[in-house]
Amino acid sequence: MHMIAILMRLAWRNLWRNHRRTLIMLMAITLGAWAMIFMTALMRGMVAEMVRGGISALPGHVQVHHPDYRDDPSIANLIPMSDSELSERFAGAGFAAWASRVRVPAVITSEYDSRGVTLLGVDPVSEQGLTFVDDNPVEGRFLESVDDAGVVIGKKLATTLNTQVGKRVVLMSQDPDNEIADRGFRVVGLFEADIKAFEENYVFAGKATAQKMLRITDQVSELFVLGSDHRNVDEVYDKTVELIGDRAEVMRWFDIDTYLGSMLKVMDGFVFVWIIVIFLALSFGLVNTLVMAVFERVREIGLMLALGMRPVYILGQIVVESLLLLAIGLAIGSALSWAAVQPIKDGIDVSIVGDGLDMWGMSNMLYPELLLSDVILANVVVLVLGFLASLSPAWRAAHYEPIEAITKV
Amino acid sequence: MNLVFRLAWRNLWRQPRRTWLTTGAMMFSNMLLVFMISLQFGMYSLMIDNTLQAFTGHLQIQAPGYIDDKKMRQTVADIVPLAESLRAELTAQHVAARATGFALVSSEERSYGIAVFGVEPEFEDDVSTLPGLIAEGRFLRDNEAAEIVIGAALARNLRVALGDELVLLGSGRDGSFAAGVVKLVGIFDSGIADFDRSVTEIPLGFFQDMFYMNGSGHHVVINAGGIDGVAALQSRVGSLLPAGQELAVHDWDALQPGLQQAIKADMSSAFFMYGILVILVAFSVLNTQLMSVLERTHEFGIVLSLGLTPGRLGRLVLLETAIMGMLGLLLGALLGGLLTYWFSINGFAYPGMEELAAKFNLPARFFPQVSPLTLLIGPGVVFIFTILAALYPALRLQRLQPVEAMRAV
Repeated sequence: MHMIAILMRLAWRNLWRNHRRTLIMLMAITLGAWAMIFMTALMRGMVAEMVRGGISALPGHVQVHHPDYRDDPSIANLIPMSDSELSERFAGAGFAAWASRVRVPAVITSEYDSRGVTLLGVDPVSEQGLTFVDDNPVEGRFLESVDDAGVVIGKKLATTLNTQVGKRVVLMSQDPDNEIADRGFRVVGLFEADIKAFEENYVFAGKATAQKMLRITDQVSELFVLGSDHRNVDEVYDKTVELIGDRAEVMRWFDIDTYLGSMLKVMDGFVFVWIIVIFLALSFGLVNTLVMAVFERVREIGLMLALGMRPVYILGQIVVESLLLLAIGLAIGSALSWAAVQPIKDGIDVSIVGDGLDMWGMSNMLYPELLLSDVILANVVVLVLGFLASLSPAWRAAHYEPIEAITKV
Repeated sequence: MNLVFRLAWRNLWRQPRRTWLTTGAMMFSNMLLVFMISLQFGMYSLMIDNTLQAFTGHLQIQAPGYIDDKKMRQTVADIVPLAESLRAELTAQHVAARATGFALVSSEERSYGIAVFGVEPEFEDDVSTLPGLIAEGRFLRDNEAAEIVIGAALARNLRVALGDELVLLGSGRDGSFAAGVVKLVGIFDSGIADFDRSVTEIPLGFFQDMFYMNGSGHHVVINAGGIDGVAALQSRVGSLLPAGQELAVHDWDALQPGLQQAIKADMSSAFFMYGILVILVAFSVLNTQLMSVLERTHEFGIVLSLGLTPGRLGRLVLLETAIMGMLGLLLGALLGGLLTYWFSINGFAYPGMEELAAKFNLPARFFPQVSPLTLLIGPGVVFIFTILAALYPALRLQRLQPVEAMRAV
């Protein structure tokens, strides 16, 4: 114990014997640590935003469908369990949120034009705040109840169709007997979405109204459940499977949207690769610094050895010096990256490349996400690898022949 | 000059380990930069080519405003003769006319609202990869025939097979009711279910009759083969347009704004990372050169007192750095080139990337190509920063006082 204290002191003083060299190396480590953590925070934020957008579009962490619905999203593939039975089962289950909806392809026609869309028959009360529309300003109003007679469409779709709030549109789809099912609606509201394609794609109607139009009773196309954390959905999944049994297909969000799921995985791997790459770039300088520090002190190391200091303490002294250097750099770098995140915590506007980010499935704001686990990962990886890198120069120092070392010029 | 060069060369190898470590840092970064930049540039051009050649083309002639609203009424009059005359002028490029409408496509059992494209059967395969994706049956042949090709996923959902009849219901150019019966002659399979579900093609002549187009259409698509020279081609096409009608010529960037921006977003994050790498290398060089200058204070004092000017000493230090930098550049570019070459034969894949790649029309395995540009751009920047980093130690020499310097140990 006593020896460690001495080694620490020796290492600390050695570090500042050549303060210029130490400072330069410290700057490099600080910059490296900052870049590791700050960049990771930005990338994490990007992916989190994509996942957030993806989950609000799906929506939910876990979805229930007819087993054939995903390949054939039509009225023929409704959940083979009545909506009231679903509500009965899910109401008391203690989920953070859940809702069921009718979701079928449809054609919307104004007096000028028509487009293919996805008709969502929703319960506006139970879906409040769960999907991508409710967080955004809406022109007119949103739906008020399951039997609201109006529809809410995207702002962009309204422009294409040359329609506006108060005008009438016709929605056309088909009923389970393959007959055309259509109905006139008044547009009661326009929504805006972060991802512009949603504005062209989705039309909201009341669930009961949609069921009436499609000539189905008490049935829905999908049910979704929202848990508390998108990274940990197993509990919600297991409970949903338990409630549904084998009568319908239960899927997790990353199985439905495989793009998002693999994005998350690729990013986890990428963060690690990035940390390693930065470390490697740093390691050359680190080893170099240590080699020079040892080289300068050959005589003094020889003297210590001659006076009876055990080689392992010489080794320890060099390693501690290296770890001290790394630890200081990491501490400053971590603090700086925290500080760098503060002013942009409320999001950076990246709409200059907005259409491109749409392609990635991202919105126009980027919220950096500084995770403690990433900070720890970066620090631990650098310390462990730094320890390994400093072993070689330290080993050399510990194995000098005392006489030779002392007499070296 | 020769003497200075020899001096610099020998100075470098007074501490071979240090020199190699510093060169190693450069080689490492250069190798990484060469590989990453080759991979990136290769991906971008593949992404652009695959996306544009799939359907959009490099240039399109449209009615002004169509690009934003995509309304049925915004047409290009007499589109077939226009495409014909352009085809005669632009011998090196491919030209084809298209019209776009929306229709409810119904089989006996099912109906889907979907985009219907009227295409010239004879020329469509010059501007789109779709005719080559026909998995069953054949592509359209006769410009007036009541025929249709649809995607595999849609065929499955509509429950139709080759030879079956489909009913199209939509609104015509004047907003009136448009209807037609077509025979399914071909099924294409792009491997992307969403695309297969969103595009159908019928002959342009039939389209014009059915949707009351009166000889007009919506796009003249020009495939320029690649994105080089598109700007020149754009102005040339502009000058070839008939005088009577107001028309707009859009390039691929306007047609697919997401593409360019996705590339920009990716590039800016990549360049941030490269920047960090380069700066870390610069720190490493700064540290090494500063040390080597400080070590030689005594020696520099002697040569200064012998009459050497500080300016020449500074140049010596810069030359040492330049030699080291050149070594790093050549070896790094060589290793990076070899690494990239290896991947250009064996292909590069990253676990989980297939999903992401498919979203951007990319194959799961990349074959990065080495070019002089990708080989030298990264190492070149590293070299410049290396020299910049050596400026500080070189300038410090200018203040050296011979007598004081000689006294330094």
